[in-house]
Amino acid sequence: MAAQLKPGQGPLDYGSRLWLKILFGLIFFLLYAPIITLVAFSFNTDKRGIVWRGFTLDNYSKAWNNASLIEALTNSLVIAFLATLIATVLGALVALMLWRFRFPFKGGYEGFMALPIVIPEICMGVALLLFFVNSGMMDFFVAMPWPLNLGNIVIAHVSFCFPFVAVVVRSRLVGFNRQLEEASKDLGASEWQTFWSIIVPYMKPGLIAGALLAFTLSLDDFVITFFTSGPETVTFPVKVYSLVRRGVSPEINAASTVLIVITVVATVLAMKLQAPPKPRKG
Amino acid sequence: MSEPIVAIRNVSKKFPGGVIAVDDVSIDIAQNEFFALLGPSGCGKTTLLRMISGLETPTSGQIIIGGEDMALTPPNKRPTNMVFQSYAVFPHMTVAQNVAYGLKVTGVESSEIKRRVAEGLEMVKLTALADRKPDQMSGGQRQRVALARALVKRPKVLLLDEPLSALDAKLRDDMRMELTRLQETVGITFIIVTHDQDEALSMASRIAVMEKGAVQQIATPSELYEHPRNRFVADFIGKVNLIDATVLGQKGRSISCDAKGLGKIEIASDKAVGSSVSIAVRPEKLRISKGRPENKSVVKLEGTVRDVAYYGDTSHVVIEGKDGLNLSVNVQNDTRLGGAGVERGQKVWVQWAPEDSIILTE
Amino acid sequence: MENWKENRRVFWTLGAPPTIWLLAFFIIPLGFLFIMSFSDKAVIDGQVSITEYDYLTGIANYIRAFESLYLTIIWKSIWISALATALCLLTAYPIAFGICFAPERWKPLLLLLVILPFWINLLIRTYALIAVFRTQGYVNKVLGVVGVGPFEMLYNNFAVIFGLVYVFMPFMVLPLYATIERLDKSYLEASLDLGASQFTTFMKVTVPLTMPGIISGVILVFIPCLGSFLTPDLLGGANAIMIGNVIERQFKAANDWPFGAALSFLLMYATFGALALRWLIASRSKGVDV
Repeated sequence: MAAQLKPGQGPLDYGSRLWLKILFGLIFFLLYAPIITLVAFSFNTDKRGIVWRGFTLDNYSKAWNNASLIEALTNSLVIAFLATLIATVLGALVALMLWRFRFPFKGGYEGFMALPIVIPEICMGVALLLFFVNSGMMDFFVAMPWPLNLGNIVIAHVSFCFPFVAVVVRSRLVGFNRQLEEASKDLGASEWQTFWSIIVPYMKPGLIAGALLAFTLSLDDFVITFFTSGPETVTFPVKVYSLVRRGVSPEINAASTVLIVITVVATVLAMKLQAPPKPRKG
Repeated sequence: MSEPIVAIRNVSKKFPGGVIAVDDVSIDIAQNEFFALLGPSGCGKTTLLRMISGLETPTSGQIIIGGEDMALTPPNKRPTNMVFQSYAVFPHMTVAQNVAYGLKVTGVESSEIKRRVAEGLEMVKLTALADRKPDQMSGGQRQRVALARALVKRPKVLLLDEPLSALDAKLRDDMRMELTRLQETVGITFIIVTHDQDEALSMASRIAVMEKGAVQQIATPSELYEHPRNRFVADFIGKVNLIDATVLGQKGRSISCDAKGLGKIEIASDKAVGSSVSIAVRPEKLRISKGRPENKSVVKLEGTVRDVAYYGDTSHVVIEGKDGLNLSVNVQNDTRLGGAGVERGQKVWVQWAPEDSIILTE
Repeated sequence: MENWKENRRVFWTLGAPPTIWLLAFFIIPLGFLFIMSFSDKAVIDGQVSITEYDYLTGIANYIRAFESLYLTIIWKSIWISALATALCLLTAYPIAFGICFAPERWKPLLLLLVILPFWINLLIRTYALIAVFRTQGYVNKVLGVVGVGPFEMLYNNFAVIFGLVYVFMPFMVLPLYATIERLDKSYLEASLDLGASQFTTFMKVTVPLTMPGIISGVILVFIPCLGSFLTPDLLGGANAIMIGNVIERQFKAANDWPFGAALSFLLMYATFGALALRWLIASRSKGVDV
């Protein structure tokens, strides 16, 4: 006799199966335990970060007073901000063009736009390094005052971010009801007025989502920055990398925790903004 | 009735949210019946069918199939098979593979599988399409695959969830006849779920009418139509005029009551004095006449024609009497040029035989 | 959709800026890299120059990539990536499956929990793993309580594979979730109803019908694994070098850009090969994608 079901339980109610709950618990534990210990030990007094000795905020003040760490963080935020701005505009343009027009070799063009998404980061990093050095752009930007000396990193970030923005915005546009546009024109609006009053508001959630994706991608990027940054310009991930190579320290934990909080807040905010408004009660 | 093939005993199903989908239902279904579960959407009929198949389990009660309580038996261990509303024909298998699936997974010998698949395809007239993939087939053909796939398993009970709902009108009629024919040839008990009263009335040998998780009445189609047990059944099966009335007195086998818009009338019934009842009359039982009917024993009233809707074979006439009583009357258009014979605003008389009235209390 | 000729002005306004950007800052750099891969360091006055190159000298760099030293590394990169991808699939499938069958109100939270680590900086996540796995890390602490260890868990293939699975698992969950969620559950019910066990149903119905998601997930994880640099660099050290580390070395420490360029292109070809495979499978199994 096969195992009987419990009263009220269907054969596909896997959600109520114990083995699945245990597996979920285990996998989420594996996924989060390292991050949680990292955050927890940023409050630890022990210098080597091995044993829990007591709660402190010292690591945070040390990280805050570490000028090079703060400089790296500022650089990262400035780069992410500029790259997001440019990438969102370029991505939206691509999305609009692909959504609106039929043109020869469109499939090929789409593949071309997807290239930065699919090729390995390291290949893109070394290609840009080669390009910046050989075109003289590297020397040009390195000689510039801050923040212009971040220019080559911003350019590199825009190149790998905007195709992602295009994908996000385009998937939003696919759901657009073309009749809204026709109705607007029928009511006497010009092409330009229709664009700003009908299409842009409709695109907005896609633009926000795309921009936040670009922001996090830029803030997180290590590999491409590692190759394209000049000797004097250090971003936060590059700085952390050089520290990590030297060993584990609670200061890195503190700085990492700050970055985790920034990204998590930004992500949750983005999801809140994107979520459809809840239907009103009553 | 001999030993029922499916006996549902005090079955209740409560969903985690607290919604009671099926509330203390008991039904006996006999061998070889074509049984229909009929009701509006959300009445619990599909949940009940799924509990017979094992795709859901009751929170309490017994489901006895072939003499054994299977309320908690997984679906793959039950002698029932289902034809899904969406057909659920596996898109990654050919027609023949679909039909063979249920036999293969239960370890039937391959020569036997071959024989039974051929037989099953023959039965639903799909032999020529055996190697097709489902995405190259019409909805009607996919349904036949689903039927064959279930029938080759030779289940004790075949369950059909809204089998005609996804088909267009023409195919629906063909399939209805096809299902009746199949049921007669294979001699398997069919249990069908439907929200369409025409489907249930025309195919089923017995029908259980459900509402709000409970069975309202179990009866043959004609019994349901002519002897509904309560207002819900009367109203759900076919069209009906419901007239509020109060019982005034009893005289032998009949009662006299005060009906809205009709005044005092006498009808054969045994309901208690003082109870408020509904008098139900089917629209086709009513007659319209221009002058006052001569016959004294009929129930009659005078009214004004408010609406005439032409349906080809019949016309539906709405007549307003006293006290805001509206009656629907179906008139057979039995002559080509006559039509309903009445016009909007015309004063007419409506009459019916008292024995065509049904007295309902619930 | 409009034909581009009907409104050329709008078409060019939309299309020109991003296209020019991509050409200037992506395609041309790749072109530089391509030329470099066929070049060689210039020899000036019998000395190998650090900054000067003889361009387009031949395919020597590519031939060098097939020397046994590099072939071993390429082969190792492939099997480490394949193993990590397989492990990702094994862990991600039950997760995606479980989320799809979880109560409706739990789904968004569970999905968020899976995706959230993806938003946390890759470097930070890798660093967190180092803290857990190092000799004095927590895993060894726990093992010490039981009385075994400490083990050297970092700087080997195991650490790299674990790190890759840890880092890329969300990439696998999302496409799987999308296909399982779209899968009509009545197929599974039909299979159970026809007498198949839960296991048979899974193998004969669920897996074949979610194959497009499996393939997407496998490719989405395999490609970044193959090209990964950070994870093997920090977790593998000198013992578990992958092709990404060799490329990095050519551009930083070893300063052999032409050879690094050739390796980069080999890596790209492998990536395109994987993508082409996915496209091929997808176009063949069109009927399956429900």
